[in-house]
Amino acid sequence: MSATAAAAPAPGESPTRRAIRRFLRHRLAVVGLIVVVLFVAVAILAPLIAPYDPLQTSWSRIRKEPSWAHWMGTDENGRDVLSRVIWGARASLMAGVISVLGALIMGVPLGLVAGLAGGWVDAVISRVADAMLSVPFLILAIALAAFLGPALENAMLAIAITASPVFARLARGMALDAKSTDWVEAARALGNPPWRIAFVHVLPNIIPPLLVQATLAIAEAIIAEAALSFLGLGMQPPNPSWGSMLNSSQRFLTQAPWLSIFPGVTIMIVVLAFNLMGDGLRDALDPRADKT
Amino acid sequence: MGIWLLRRVGQVIPTLLILSILIFGLQQLMPGDPALILAGEERGDPAVLAAIRAELGLDKPIWQQYLIWMGKVLTGDFGFSWRIRVPVSELILTKLPVTFQLATMAFIIAILIGVPLGILSAVRKDTPTDWAANGVALFGISTPNFWLGIMMILLFSVELGWLPPSGYVPLTEDPVQSLATTIMPAFVLGTGVASVLMRHTRAAMLTALSQDYVRTARAKGLRERVVVWKHALRNALIPVVTLGAIEFGRLLAGAVLTEQIFTIPGFGKLIVDAVFNRDYPVVQGVVLATALIFVVLSLVADILYMMINPRLRQA
Repeated sequence: MSATAAAAPAPGESPTRRAIRRFLRHRLAVVGLIVVVLFVAVAILAPLIAPYDPLQTSWSRIRKEPSWAHWMGTDENGRDVLSRVIWGARASLMAGVISVLGALIMGVPLGLVAGLAGGWVDAVISRVADAMLSVPFLILAIALAAFLGPALENAMLAIAITASPVFARLARGMALDAKSTDWVEAARALGNPPWRIAFVHVLPNIIPPLLVQATLAIAEAIIAEAALSFLGLGMQPPNPSWGSMLNSSQRFLTQAPWLSIFPGVTIMIVVLAFNLMGDGLRDALDPRADKT
Repeated sequence: MGIWLLRRVGQVIPTLLILSILIFGLQQLMPGDPALILAGEERGDPAVLAAIRAELGLDKPIWQQYLIWMGKVLTGDFGFSWRIRVPVSELILTKLPVTFQLATMAFIIAILIGVPLGILSAVRKDTPTDWAANGVALFGISTPNFWLGIMMILLFSVELGWLPPSGYVPLTEDPVQSLATTIMPAFVLGTGVASVLMRHTRAAMLTALSQDYVRTARAKGLRERVVVWKHALRNALIPVVTLGAIEFGRLLAGAVLTEQIFTIPGFGKLIVDAVFNRDYPVVQGVVLATALIFVVLSLVADILYMMINPRLRQA
């Protein structure tokens, strides 16, 4: 890292521009970003780029090895695996993004309220977050998905609920820090109502750490969705999702290993990309990074 | 120390109380009437439904139901399995040792991989060794462990035929077979934790190596090996130990998928089977038990932290 160049940012450079400049310096993070963008494009364009109908079964091509006609082979019902992986990107990315958005919507306001209000409000919200965090992520998600019933929407809701205390805790900590700063003090002195202080004055300042946490949480949520679908608690057959594909593939491990290999490799690549991007964002958005 | 301990234990109580409300509340999310599920064939008979509701206390107001449930939980009565009419606590106690063995083996594997790799990458910071170690950890975190399990079965059971793909033999019955059936799942389970341990050990070692006492030790002319192993490592391991205790709790949970793949009859298989049999008291019981274990482990972690860190002990 070139400390001299970084120590003197261009005069008048906005924080956003500086963050982008620092992010682009991380080659691996940029690779992560490119891979993520690529998968988002694949998910959106799935109907156009999938070579076959992901649900079309065929008795004449059951469990065919990967070939030029079927790059990832065909599954136990003669469906094209590549097309199912492409359509599965929709389920996985949607589940990852929507459940993390849900967690943000639930967790952040509660955390802000806890941090700014203090007192018993803070005590109650913090204890609930503690209690939820003491049940391991996957067990809580499984229990919630079980009680809500097996469906992709319920799996997303379960992941969102389970992931929300992390954001509540983060927002609370940041709100506590912000509370004692001059700008919040000034906003309060000007007679701004508490909700306005929370959302107009505090929230924008805590977006960078939330963004980093959210990116890493998407990686975790994609694995969680795959796990729930693998257990049969997420996407329901015959609709394709990477987790449910792995579930049915296990029975044909000896005869058709490609059914297990491709969906898993895909999950790994996407999750790796989100993790790389998150690590890069963390370094890019850390205001202390330039000084060291 | 005594007062601190008391206060720390006191903190656990409200957490557990809220947890109990949350877990009790889970069953309110359930679609449909539990009496209908339990009645089975006789669901058309109102008398049977009424009898079941009375037996389970479902005819009482919700807060009364909670108090009754809570009272029972406090005496170790977690209800009975709807499926096989066995007390939930009994089911949990018979499955726990299996998962405990798996988690312990996984934990040992995680420490053996994670800690040395973390030390190595901190000592050789910004060298290819460091990059490689970080890369391995990143892959460890990004690989869904259930898929890793399937791939290992493919390699070691299907292709090479070295290890059994599934099943479980208790340690007391045949130790060699027991290890053969659990080594793959333990490895799968351990890799995720190994990555976390590696990252934390690395960070802690880097902090320790930049401390004044390390510079002093080097200035004294001590050999680098002594500086790293005696001065830096001892201090770096303090946060790692407490993290380890918490990660052990996470292993118990991570076992859910691993046990499913390797068909090991432990804790995780219990909750998954219960989910599919709509055996809600068992699901509740397992969630409650894992939460309890986790809370106790974080308490142990905090106490360990106090005990091994002399600076905190005096305060």
